[in-house]
Amino acid sequence: MSALLEVGDLKKHFPIRRGMLSGVSGWVRAVDGVSLRIAPGETLALVGESGSGKTTTGRCILRLLEPTSGSVVFDGVDLLALKPRAMRRMRRQVQVIFQDPYGSLNPRMRVGTIVREPLDIHRIGASRRERDDMVAALLRRVGLDPSMKDRYPHEFSGGQRQRIGVARALALKPRLIVADEPVSALDVSVQAQVINLLMDLQDEFGIAYLFIAHDLAVVERIADRVAVMYLGRIAEVGTREEIFRNPLHPYTRALLQAIPIPDPTRARERAVLRGDPPSPAQPPPGCRFHTRCPSVIEACPRVEPPLLEVTPGHWVACHLYPGPGGASGG
Amino acid sequence: MPRILEVTDLSAHFPSEAGVVRAVDRVSFHVDEGETLGLVGESGCGKSITALSIVRLVPPPGRIVSGRIVYKGTDLMTLPERRMRRYRGREIALIFQEPSTALNPVFTVGYQIAEGLIVHGIMKKKEALREAVRLMELVRIADAGRRAREYPHQMSGGMRQRVLIAMALACRPSLLVADEPTTALDVTLQAEILDMLRVLKRDLRLSLLLISHNLGVIAETADRVAVMYAGRIVEEAGARPLFASPKHPYTAGLLRSMPRLGGAETGSGGGRRRLPAIEGNVPDLARLPSGCAFHPRCPDVMAECRVHTPGLLPLGDGAVACFKHHDPGGRPR
Ligand SMILES: Nc1ncnc2c1ncn2[C@@H]1O[C@H](COP(=O)(O)OP(=O)(O)OP(=O)(O)O)[C@@H](O)[C@H]1O
Ligand SMILES: Nc1ncnc2c1ncn2[C@@H]1O[C@H](COP(=O)(O)OP(=O)(O)OP(=O)(O)O)[C@@H](O)[C@H]1O
Ligand SMILES: [Mg+2]
Ligand SMILES: [Mg+2]
Repeated sequence: MSALLEVGDLKKHFPIRRGMLSGVSGWVRAVDGVSLRIAPGETLALVGESGSGKTTTGRCILRLLEPTSGSVVFDGVDLLALKPRAMRRMRRQVQVIFQDPYGSLNPRMRVGTIVREPLDIHRIGASRRERDDMVAALLRRVGLDPSMKDRYPHEFSGGQRQRIGVARALALKPRLIVADEPVSALDVSVQAQVINLLMDLQDEFGIAYLFIAHDLAVVERIADRVAVMYLGRIAEVGTREEIFRNPLHPYTRALLQAIPIPDPTRARERAVLRGDPPSPAQPPPGCRFHTRCPSVIEACPRVEPPLLEVTPGHWVACHLYPGPGGASGG
Repeated sequence: MPRILEVTDLSAHFPSEAGVVRAVDRVSFHVDEGETLGLVGESGCGKSITALSIVRLVPPPGRIVSGRIVYKGTDLMTLPERRMRRYRGREIALIFQEPSTALNPVFTVGYQIAEGLIVHGIMKKKEALREAVRLMELVRIADAGRRAREYPHQMSGGMRQRVLIAMALACRPSLLVADEPTTALDVTLQAEILDMLRVLKRDLRLSLLLISHNLGVIAETADRVAVMYAGRIVEEAGARPLFASPKHPYTAGLLRSMPRLGGAETGSGGGRRRLPAIEGNVPDLARLPSGCAFHPRCPDVMAECRVHTPGLLPLGDGAVACFKHHDPGGRPR
């Protein structure tokens, strides 16, 4: 299938300044050469520890942040080359759901207005009346009573607020939604409701998701493919089956083993990753993961492993897997 | 095993414009010596206020309105505040839910770990600071001597959480109350901290009250589990029986709605699967439904559930508050 979104060698480096007037003393390499593709109607999950660059990647794709370099091609159009007006039109097709259901809705706006705002901005529908009808339908679609449109966000629970965010993102019938930890702040019972809703909407409207998450059990539910990120780079990409059944990168394995299992009879054996991830301002030389990796070999601290396709559709950046084309690096 | 803590009929309320918030509503549970009791429940159900009640630190305008808290044979509720202070930190230590507010930005972490030892008169300052470094080594902070002189903002989230654990352990408490000790952390750090708590508990012969909304964390750590819903304990049982055959419909719903690895049956057909969600929302504690607070969301609701409130009654080796298992007269069904 041809890609709906194609991200090529994306980089975002933030300058480090010690004071207001002093110069740049270094760079945080938050995203440091990321390539991804998403097919229409597909869910690609982006996972990794805190600080690995997931949110920054998402924001660069939406152009809420200007990337340092790289390309973001949506439906054949290079988003990074678009002028602001053309980019605004493009926003109809690429929407976002944020992590924080409390902070992402304007507290002074009634929820009906919040959901209608994108329709107003893009002048969808013939009249205000028609737009109000659309809002009512959207609220109903996400499981909220349309009579709730005159209430303010603080009158809703976390799960209800996240539904409002989903209704707003859906208003323009986008083809891609970047969902940044959309259920992380929610309770288990409410989390399940929102995950089910996102999957139903995908089946109904054929939306593609870039689903950013750190909870792999949630990802296993919702993703078609999974990309694992570590310190600004992709460590491994593959189908859900491959990543969960046959994880190759030692980092992916450690992530999977770290998840607490809700079953007290299961043996608690795991290779705990020792220590915190290094700072993206000073990524280790060679493979960025080598300082925490349980299977380091001689090449790891010296040579950065390229992302290679080891079996069709399964890519990994690790010296343990030389790839079909022979040995990688040195 | 001897009881270290026995809480009976504890209630803590907050006045509010919408009415009285029954944050903790006639809660009873116990912790045996050397065991880990897990307290699990969704956001706002009253876990933290229960923990704060044990050491009588409910934030005003909230207050404990009734109940007994017996620690090693002494009812803490009857103690004058001066004597209560000797229990806090020294006998019962608390790891607070908010790591950012628990550490003071203007003191070094070494000093903050040592402070309890100094305040309780266990050690002089110099000796206490040396002990702080030892405690930091115990919680596996590398280069502890140097890091003890650092300030909280110089440390990562995982490191700060380890400092909080070191702080809690400083006075060698018998009971550690850990309120969501890993919630702010990544899965990898969470796994490391849970492993560490298990080892420390064994080596220091601690009893642990572990609070979490994460059923996986509870399953990996707790010997026994109490499930809280809307201010009340609705089920209590050994961890194995609770996860294997939950008795309360809320517990059963929670377990089902939790996504777990392998749950989507990867490979077999490859399709994604919807999660069995508990419909409805967590109730507002100021406007609780009549009868059993769970009845509007309960798949097994019966007529009496809307009228009467089920008490927590023994069932097998545990207890459950549900009319499926006892009739409103308290007789087993
Ligand atoms: N505006 C900024 N200025 C400087 N550094 C930044 C900025 N935004 C992000 N960073 C840094 O970039 C790195 C990646 O951050 P990002 O928020 O993308 O991570 P993440 O994977 O989304 O993490 P989390 O799981 O915690 O949300 C982090 O080290 C972060 O501190
Ligand atoms: N200072 C306060 N004033 C008024 N109500 C409060 C206050 N603190 C807590 N509450 C109420 O008491 C109830 C119990 O709160 P508590 O903090 O114990 O919940 P919790 O189970 O620890 O939730 P979480 O998982 O989100 O930490 C909540 O519904 C909350 O609204
Ligand atoms: Mg993020
Ligand atoms: Mg709490």
